Amino acid sequence: MVICLLSLLNSKLNTNILQIQSKYQNVTCMNNILVAKNVTKKYGNQMALNNVSLVIPKNSIYGLLGPNGAGKTTLIRIINQITYPDSGEVIFDGELLKPRHIALIGYLPEERGLYKSMKVGEQALYLAQLKGLSKADANQKLKYWFDKLEIGDWWNRKVQELSKGMAQKIQFIVTVLHEPKLLIFDEPFSGFDPINANIIKDEIIKLKEKGTSIIFSTHRMESVEELCEYIALLHNAEKILDGRLEDIKKEYKNNMFRVGLEMENGENFLKLISDKFDISSSNYDYNRKQLDFTVQLPTDDTRAFLALVSAEASINNFIETIPSANDIFIQTVQRKNDNE
Amino acid sequence: MTMNKLSLIIKREYLAKVRNKSFVIMTFLSPILMVGMIVLIAYLTKVNDSQKRIIGVFNESNYFSTDFNTNERTSYIFFKDISLQAAKDSTLSLGIFGLLHIPDRSSLEEVAENTFFYSKEPPNTLVLDLLEDIFEERLRQGKLLDIGVSTEQFAAINNKFEINIANFTGEQNLKGINEMKAFIGGGFGYLIMMFIIIYGGFVMRSVIEEKTSRIIEVIISSVKPFQLMLGKIIGTSLAGITQFAIWIISASLLLFVVFLVFGIDLTGYSEQSVMASNPMSGISPLPATTDTMQLYALELLQIPWVLLISLFLVYFVLGYLIYSSIYAAIGAAVDNETDTQQFIFPIILPLMLAIYVGFFSVFNNPHGPIAVAFSLFPLTSPIVMLMRLPGGIGEGGVPLWQVIISIVFLIVTFIGIVWLAAKIYRVGILMYGKKPTYKELFKWLKY
Repeated sequence: MVICLLSLLNSKLNTNILQIQSKYQNVTCMNNILVAKNVTKKYGNQMALNNVSLVIPKNSIYGLLGPNGAGKTTLIRIINQITYPDSGEVIFDGELLKPRHIALIGYLPEERGLYKSMKVGEQALYLAQLKGLSKADANQKLKYWFDKLEIGDWWNRKVQELSKGMAQKIQFIVTVLHEPKLLIFDEPFSGFDPINANIIKDEIIKLKEKGTSIIFSTHRMESVEELCEYIALLHNAEKILDGRLEDIKKEYKNNMFRVGLEMENGENFLKLISDKFDISSSNYDYNRKQLDFTVQLPTDDTRAFLALVSAEASINNFIETIPSANDIFIQTVQRKNDNE
Repeated sequence: MTMNKLSLIIKREYLAKVRNKSFVIMTFLSPILMVGMIVLIAYLTKVNDSQKRIIGVFNESNYFSTDFNTNERTSYIFFKDISLQAAKDSTLSLGIFGLLHIPDRSSLEEVAENTFFYSKEPPNTLVLDLLEDIFEERLRQGKLLDIGVSTEQFAAINNKFEINIANFTGEQNLKGINEMKAFIGGGFGYLIMMFIIIYGGFVMRSVIEEKTSRIIEVIISSVKPFQLMLGKIIGTSLAGITQFAIWIISASLLLFVVFLVFGIDLTGYSEQSVMASNPMSGISPLPATTDTMQLYALELLQIPWVLLISLFLVYFVLGYLIYSSIYAAIGAAVDNETDTQQFIFPIILPLMLAIYVGFFSVFNNPHGPIAVAFSLFPLTSPIVMLMRLPGGIGEGGVPLWQVIISIVFLIVTFIGIVWLAAKIYRVGILMYGKKPTYKELFKWLKY
């Protein structure tokens, strides 16, 4: 009797789990290029990834952020099937990650280089063919990209003759050449000069517009913040935060506003409102009659404050100060440490 | 597609190697250097041989008056009726090799015991043997005279004798044929060792290059590390085989040309072979040397060449794959070539051991316990077994079970080592900037 009950319970539990799983998959997989579920990876005794789950939507730019050693590269290597997780799974475009998906992923590693004594064109062809392109196909696509990035003349030169920026253009071309569904850039702009960085940035945005999903991984969060729609923060092998960047910022903003006013007697006014509001970093310029300050409002209702101010002065600017990814990261880590 | 990628890698590795400038230079320069060395050695040996050694003999006794005869290597100057000191002085002032002083004593034994050889530099054993032989001969003759054997009788019994050797089926065996066979096998073994050391090193450097140029991660995001390692090993060895083939062909052509130019007598050998094939030779009394030559030639023809070469290929491929995958793993573990020393030594060790054991033990006793042990042990078997094999398999040669066991050991080791090496390689290629210890390498196996 007991056994019967137990097994009944068990089967019910199983179906529940199944339902939850299928629901989860429906929600997460249809429109996601990549889903990582509870991925754990250890190197010896060192934890590289601890139970990390991520959802990367299709046709988005996703920022994988965190300091050096947080586990970003390990996660990327797992996605590229260079290493394998100890537990957990990765789902690529609705399917469990398989060797054939390699041809659908383009990866520009942080540690990147080229064979020094090989000719540029020959090398690009070799790398493209390794990604599964036919020789003719690769040749045609390479010609297109070489012309586009204006390095066509370098086809028959050896890599050791190239400047660093030139070599990076070639690495970029080889990464995107096979038109992958998912592009992964690990520290993409390190080592690029500003001009080349902008060229590459523009090309990446164009690729995104054509439907490619993109992952940026970097410890220099400010470098990709403007590009990313989604971010995940990794710290000490754990994911500490993820989601739509806009939502995260909304959550992390604390009703701080930067205010610029034009008025006589700015100092008196400042004293006046200092009693009612939390004012910081204020400055009054006599000559231009310009008063600048930062104010923290108690709620996100700005009407009372604006009514008060607009009665006394003309408002030059009123901008909400939104925390940068870096600020958010520091705050999150601090919060986490406080909790522990 | 997987095969396709592997062949792409093999092709790239092959071309990268073959187009490399230093590789091209080595390929065409080595045969010239090699042949040059051979010619130089041959020349020096000839010069050395033609140099005559002059020895002064100061004989005050009544013996040995007829024993010091000038031959093509040594000639003698005799001093008479002077003091020993004067003889020494003249020896020095004449600049000849040394002085043999035979004093005047009552008996032959005493004379022999008090004889001295003076020389500026200590004489080598060749010189001493020559002189000692003369004394031994005389002493023996003196003793025989004492027990009543006359000089004529002594001459009659003083024959040279060589024992005839045969195997149990009655075929005549030749002295030194075992050494000769082992030498042929040794040639194959030596070839394997050289190949492993040269091209294993190439594999290792190629892996290091991929690490230092930082292309490795780009590549292994497209192919499996094991594919890359395998493609690298195969590509490099194909380049090696190309180089070896060019070496062997051009070196033999060059040697042939050199022989023609220097007029070394090749016709002498061909005449002999004509005579050997002449049916009349059975009747006509041939000099004994030709007869022996013929037997040696026959014996060499009886070496199971097909078997030897096919087994050479088996041992070569397996042995090379084992060692080169270790080389690949070492290349993956380090950041630059200077860090490789401590890891390379343990690889070279069994190879050197195999060669030494081969030349010292297998030559003397091809089927003795040491030869058997080392021809079964997988890290030395490719070399040592090949030295034993020219004797054939089965009766009189290597027992079949030993060949089978050694190949089975080799295959098992091959799988094990390649598996371990691939693991170290997989982890090592992505580790930058530190020189690992053996302990760390061991940890990598568990990643």
